[in-house]
Amino acid sequence: MAIQFTLNGKAQSVDVDPKMPLLWVLRDTLNLTGTKFGCGMALCGACTVHIDGEAARSCVTPVSEVARKKVTTIEGLSADLSHPVQKAWIELDVPQCGYCQSGQIMSAAALLAKKPRPTDAEVDDAMSGNICRCGTYQRIREAIHRAAQMHAAPRRQKGLPETKAKKPGETAAMTPHEPATVGTAAGGAE
Amino acid sequence: MSSATMKVERREFLKGAAAGATGLVIGFYLPNPLEARASAAAVPFAPNAWIRIGTDDTVTLVIDKSEMGQGVMTSLSMLIAEDLECDWKKIRTVFAPAAKEYANPVFGMQGTGGSTSVRGMWTPLRTAGAQAREMLIAAAAGKWGVDKGVCRAEDSQVIHTQTKERLSYGSLAEAARKLPVPSDVKLKDPKQFRIVGKAMKRLDAADKTCGRAEFGIDVRQPGMLHAVVARCPVIGGKVASFNADKARAVRGVKHAVQISSGVAVVADNTWSAMQGRDALEIKWEEGPNAALTSAAIGKMLEEGAGKPGGAVARKEGDVTAGFASAAKKIEAVYQAPFLAHATLEPMNCAAQVRADGCDVWAPTQFQGVNQMTAAKIAGLKPEQVNIHTTYLGGGFGRRAEQDFVIEAVEISRATGAPVQVTWSREDDMQHDFYRPASYSRFEAGLDAEGWPVVWSNRIACPSIMSRFFPGSVKNGLDESSVEGAADLPYAIPNILVDYQLTETGIPVGFWRSVGNSQNGFFSECFVDELAAASGKDPYEFRRRLLQKAPRHLAVLELAATKAGWGEALPAGQYRGIAVLSSFGSYVAEVAEVSVDKKSGEVRVHRVVCAVDCGRTVNPLTIEAQMQGAIVFGLTAALKGAITINKGRVEQGNFDDYQMLRMTEMPKIEVHIVPSDQPSSGIGEPGTPPIAPAVCNAIFAATRKRIRRLPIRSEDLV
Repeated sequence: MAIQFTLNGKAQSVDVDPKMPLLWVLRDTLNLTGTKFGCGMALCGACTVHIDGEAARSCVTPVSEVARKKVTTIEGLSADLSHPVQKAWIELDVPQCGYCQSGQIMSAAALLAKKPRPTDAEVDDAMSGNICRCGTYQRIREAIHRAAQMHAAPRRQKGLPETKAKKPGETAAMTPHEPATVGTAAGGAE
Repeated sequence: MSSATMKVERREFLKGAAAGATGLVIGFYLPNPLEARASAAAVPFAPNAWIRIGTDDTVTLVIDKSEMGQGVMTSLSMLIAEDLECDWKKIRTVFAPAAKEYANPVFGMQGTGGSTSVRGMWTPLRTAGAQAREMLIAAAAGKWGVDKGVCRAEDSQVIHTQTKERLSYGSLAEAARKLPVPSDVKLKDPKQFRIVGKAMKRLDAADKTCGRAEFGIDVRQPGMLHAVVARCPVIGGKVASFNADKARAVRGVKHAVQISSGVAVVADNTWSAMQGRDALEIKWEEGPNAALTSAAIGKMLEEGAGKPGGAVARKEGDVTAGFASAAKKIEAVYQAPFLAHATLEPMNCAAQVRADGCDVWAPTQFQGVNQMTAAKIAGLKPEQVNIHTTYLGGGFGRRAEQDFVIEAVEISRATGAPVQVTWSREDDMQHDFYRPASYSRFEAGLDAEGWPVVWSNRIACPSIMSRFFPGSVKNGLDESSVEGAADLPYAIPNILVDYQLTETGIPVGFWRSVGNSQNGFFSECFVDELAAASGKDPYEFRRRLLQKAPRHLAVLELAATKAGWGEALPAGQYRGIAVLSSFGSYVAEVAEVSVDKKSGEVRVHRVVCAVDCGRTVNPLTIEAQMQGAIVFGLTAALKGAITINKGRVEQGNFDDYQMLRMTEMPKIEVHIVPSDQPSSGIGEPGTPPIAPAVCNAIFAATRKRIRRLPIRSEDLV
């Protein structure tokens, strides 16, 4: 029987084994590959998505559990890299290999949605479930504080951005970074 | 076809279709100018393999090294852009196909490793940029009917210096492609650099913050199936027999086939393939490692290190005479364990074998060998194999191996379908090519004033090179096994470093910083022991012994000064220092550490790092690579050990092979020594000094020496 949920703001229906983890439904059934497989046991955080606004590990979430819920993946965080966390990530040159960063960004966005101005300890606590093998933690920490400072209204989802616009290794020209202004509001996805 | 959607394929280069008919495509290196001219009709004009300029002013750079986080996409683009004088904001990049034009000049095959990218490509890429610039200038001069001397290039435009007229690169592309490739071009004086040396943001940051960056595991092809492989849990074991009836009954499973590494289950999604694999019934032939244990391996290494007459890696003076003259003798034994790479993107590869060719999509560090490997399995010529390099979700040396490519090609060949093989975390951890376990025996003698007069070091460990590049192992010496030991920089008159190649049955491979990763720990801790035995400050001790090693000395002094060596620290915190040169660069690190007296828990609060990597290409990258390399080394020092029982790796996931997390992240400061020496490696040299810096700080805190890694709390209470 088909399972229905809201994915990145749009109605989604999938007819798969209800025990299949959401991760594999996203990646293999729906070809939404921004959410990553790292461990399969909720140990690394690479698969982090938002389920009804809460950060969740999609690798251990059977797809049946998201029936009638709202799921947001990295592709749905913003349509145009405009989420404060994404802006801060680019401004502070956070990613290295980049593989964990979808999960890091989703965890950070969920944190800021709840705690617009987190302390270092709150950042460490919220992010401790996300492994970065490249060791970008210092820049992640700085970028979360930077995102918290950014004066940017929370963005509503604007539907899916193009996920496969390019071929391996192709990059667009550098995204110009808007000069960020210091403000008090922090954005969350939901 | 717009530049943004262009694909670089070897085929397309050959057909000359890569940029359509309207761009200057400098995409194919033909060393013979006659050949180049003859091919010009078929191939867009092509003086080198890295640059294409479209009539729409886009500049597409071909990146021939693997982007695994170390920032080569950006660094290599900077090298080209500097001499090309192009507008940085209009740069696009593509990953190169496998082709001989892209062979790594340092090791002669197309691949990325050994921190060679900037070192190897500095001159070729700058030359490529300068060639294209000169052709564009010549094209503009032709249009204006003036001498080239009155023209100069800037921001993707050629400027007439007298009339101030400007022509964009795009508008010159057509004319430039008809011109001869200049054989002798002048590279810019570093004083005129506008890009190299500047803090340039990563070109891949945007793609990596929205889920759009395509890693190997993200490759999706029409009709593609997903595979997982059941491999013998005993390293070196094989399939004896198997029954796949239950696996085939799993919803979504399409095939179950035996391949060289085990039994592959192929399904329409990865999860079904995993369920199918769980349902396989396999009898294994466990092979010669069936009873192997870590204890037995430890004994092999200990015995190896006990045998005299090893391969001499370094010999200076006379160690026998040195010991005879010494006032005090110090001995110690150090050990390091096997380590897994644990790239966060598990091993994977996609392949499609057809009768007339083969496509391989891989997060790979070694395209040159991948192409030959796939060709052999598919029964094709290497040039019939297209290697599509994706982003790599970490490499660290693991992706220089061929196993994941072999599996994908074998499964596609067996099933006739495009197939992606994905490894689970457990597969990845239990079927790695591990950082060698190593055993190091030291003896040293001090004179009456406490200065070392003799240093003897015997190392026993398995050899990476005897499998990987067998020709490089001469007289039993694998130089990668002794790097970080044989190149001890201290002024000691009598030195002997020798090596006993000791195979253990466990496959070993390149792991970020290779032999330096363990030997740096051994040597820099034992030097610290000598300083302690002589009652001298470990920083001052090193300083005096490095008077003839100016680049070591400079980073040592910079790190110590920035760390405030000798100044007070918060109560309970202590400093340790270490310095090592690897991959042409010099790194010193000072770690500030506390040890909980009750639990023995080690906490690293701050690391101050000084690096001399020659001329700076991108300071942002250097900082990131030092931070990352320190986290990598610190993770290993505090947590890392792969252990063996009954021939099986005992660890499987991040619960029993743990990674450093945000809560444990020290504050890291990176200081760069200004230099006009040639640029040297940056991906690896930050890793080796951190374990000894931390262990030396632990000694300062507890007077206890850590001589085997990882650091264990129980040894500190």
